Amino acid sequence: MNRENKNVTQANPFVPETARIVRMYHLTEDVKFFQVRIVDMEKALSFKYRPGQFAMISVLGAGEAPFSISSTPSRPGLLEFCIRKVGTVTNALFRMKENDLIGFRGPYGNGFPIEKMIHKDIIIVMGGLGVAPLRSVLLYCLDNRDHFRKVIMLHGAKRPAEMIFCDEFFALKERKDLECYLAVDADDTGAWTENIGVVTTLFPFLKDIDSVNTYGVVCGPPVMYKFVIKEFLNLNIPKDQILMTLERRMKCGVGKCGHCAIDYIYTCLDGPVFTYWDVIHMRELI
Amino acid sequence: MRIIKLKKDNFFSFLEIISKEADLWAPIKKGDKYVFKIVDDFAQIEMNTTRTIIPPRKIFLSPYFSMFSVSDKGYKEDFSHIAKNILFGIHPCDIHGVLTLDNFFNQAYLDPYYLEARKNTLILGLSCWPDEYCFARSTNTHIIEEGFDLFFTDLKDFFMVWIGSSQGDDLIRLKPEIFDESLTDKDIQTFIKWQTERNKAYTLNINFTALPDLVELKYKDPLWEKLGDACLACGSCTNVCPTCNCYNIMDKQFLGGKDGKIIRHWDSCTFEEYSEVAGGENFRENRSDRLKLWYTHKLQAYVSKYGKPSCVGCGRCIATCPVDINAKTVGKSLLGEEVEAFWARFNKEVTK
Repeated sequence: MNRENKNVTQANPFVPETARIVRMYHLTEDVKFFQVRIVDMEKALSFKYRPGQFAMISVLGAGEAPFSISSTPSRPGLLEFCIRKVGTVTNALFRMKENDLIGFRGPYGNGFPIEKMIHKDIIIVMGGLGVAPLRSVLLYCLDNRDHFRKVIMLHGAKRPAEMIFCDEFFALKERKDLECYLAVDADDTGAWTENIGVVTTLFPFLKDIDSVNTYGVVCGPPVMYKFVIKEFLNLNIPKDQILMTLERRMKCGVGKCGHCAIDYIYTCLDGPVFTYWDVIHMRELI
Repeated sequence: MRIIKLKKDNFFSFLEIISKEADLWAPIKKGDKYVFKIVDDFAQIEMNTTRTIIPPRKIFLSPYFSMFSVSDKGYKEDFSHIAKNILFGIHPCDIHGVLTLDNFFNQAYLDPYYLEARKNTLILGLSCWPDEYCFARSTNTHIIEEGFDLFFTDLKDFFMVWIGSSQGDDLIRLKPEIFDESLTDKDIQTFIKWQTERNKAYTLNINFTALPDLVELKYKDPLWEKLGDACLACGSCTNVCPTCNCYNIMDKQFLGGKDGKIIRHWDSCTFEEYSEVAGGENFRENRSDRLKLWYTHKLQAYVSKYGKPSCVGCGRCIATCPVDINAKTVGKSLLGEEVEAFWARFNKEVTK
């Protein structure tokens, strides 16, 4: 567990910045891609975050909710989110149009320990909407390709139509410096050219893993963690190099409202990125 | 710390003069229980109270207030609910509760609403006498050495007054002539005798030093399932706990759609939707899991982080929980001690 966010701030941490939706389109039927820019130009350009951090987005009248940042800090200026329509806030966000204003505060959470992952092999395993936080780390690795050794991504979706960033990932398959494996649980189109099965069925493709120098990263629906971690452990990846990012209910993002508490830690301050070692000695994490 | 003496005859004239400075909150009787209220008539003030129904945190951590008023001009911070308060009659355990909250809200991101309200509250502590629910001696919160501006120890004929802060001293200086700077040997003897007797009066003792390890060792004990079966998930325990800080935030939009308020109100971890996220995933669907969270937090987790439990032994959960799930039942059950009343009722009403 690495609590990176130690900034003690005197300013009211609940005041949101105004941000503008500059671009917005459907990724799948119920997931939309949002490109957002903080209206204040200076703040937009100086906004710093780490892959794996999250932000609180608010729509007046609907409320506020935490969302993973899907863009990478290596491409400053615009912030990207992929958001599924599931609740009050997301429903309100889906009703908005490009150029509309939203409330935005953050970044919160610890994010991924990038400085430890440098010069290591990286295996990124994403299931469904798990791409939201992990796309940030994936793009960060690709933008700083020389800093990492092998980069491998495994992505699973339920059906081809539900694969988020489908085009983007198929384009990545063409790259020689990245191993990209895609799978769907079931193919209802008959046109799927990649693997069929759950995301763990992609693990046999991984060859010659230098386990001591590998970081395994996973995010997906709650049921997925157990199985993916088992695969990582089979590959002999050390427990504190298996990273996962977790979802919890959050109302404040600043360690005060209590909803994301697990034992003595707060997911919004000490997480959302945890290692498998954290999971072993802190029950309730997964 | 400077200690002075105040004769009982002069007490009302002291309240008279300080109540001109700010709202004076004090415990008064409500039915057969006590509550903190703003008092004008000092005769209403109860000097020999046990715990109040709701802990004093309600005064500086308002149960329901507006954080922002929102208009087309943007967010405007709203501190209008914060008034100047003098809080009289708060017992040592409750002052420890306030210190616990102070510590919590001063971490990482400072909470401006709490800190502003706290800055505007003076704490005038009052000594108390334990009843059968108090176990502050077990949590080592039965005496207090910091966190108050003035502390009054009631020794029948007079008060011994500890001056804990510069602002407390300012209050004394509003009418210094009613205080007596010198305490006689007889006064000191009276105090020592009172203190010894009070320490002996704690009848409920729970071995808190063993609890952090026991929570860990008995994490999968069937005890939690049973407690979960009995729990009503009503949130009473969290509402009356002096160290509970959880809250929820919601938007209140006015008709027309452009203006509104952002409301912050107390929440409870025993409520079903407490850990539920959008899409329906609930990380603590069972009552037993939510109960376990509360007791783990109070008895173990806070200890691993700050070196002491976040239970101050006020006994409010014992006095409040309609089905007797409280620090006593849980603590003693973990320790393997008999809690007859709870299990007798459990066997009669819950397991049918």
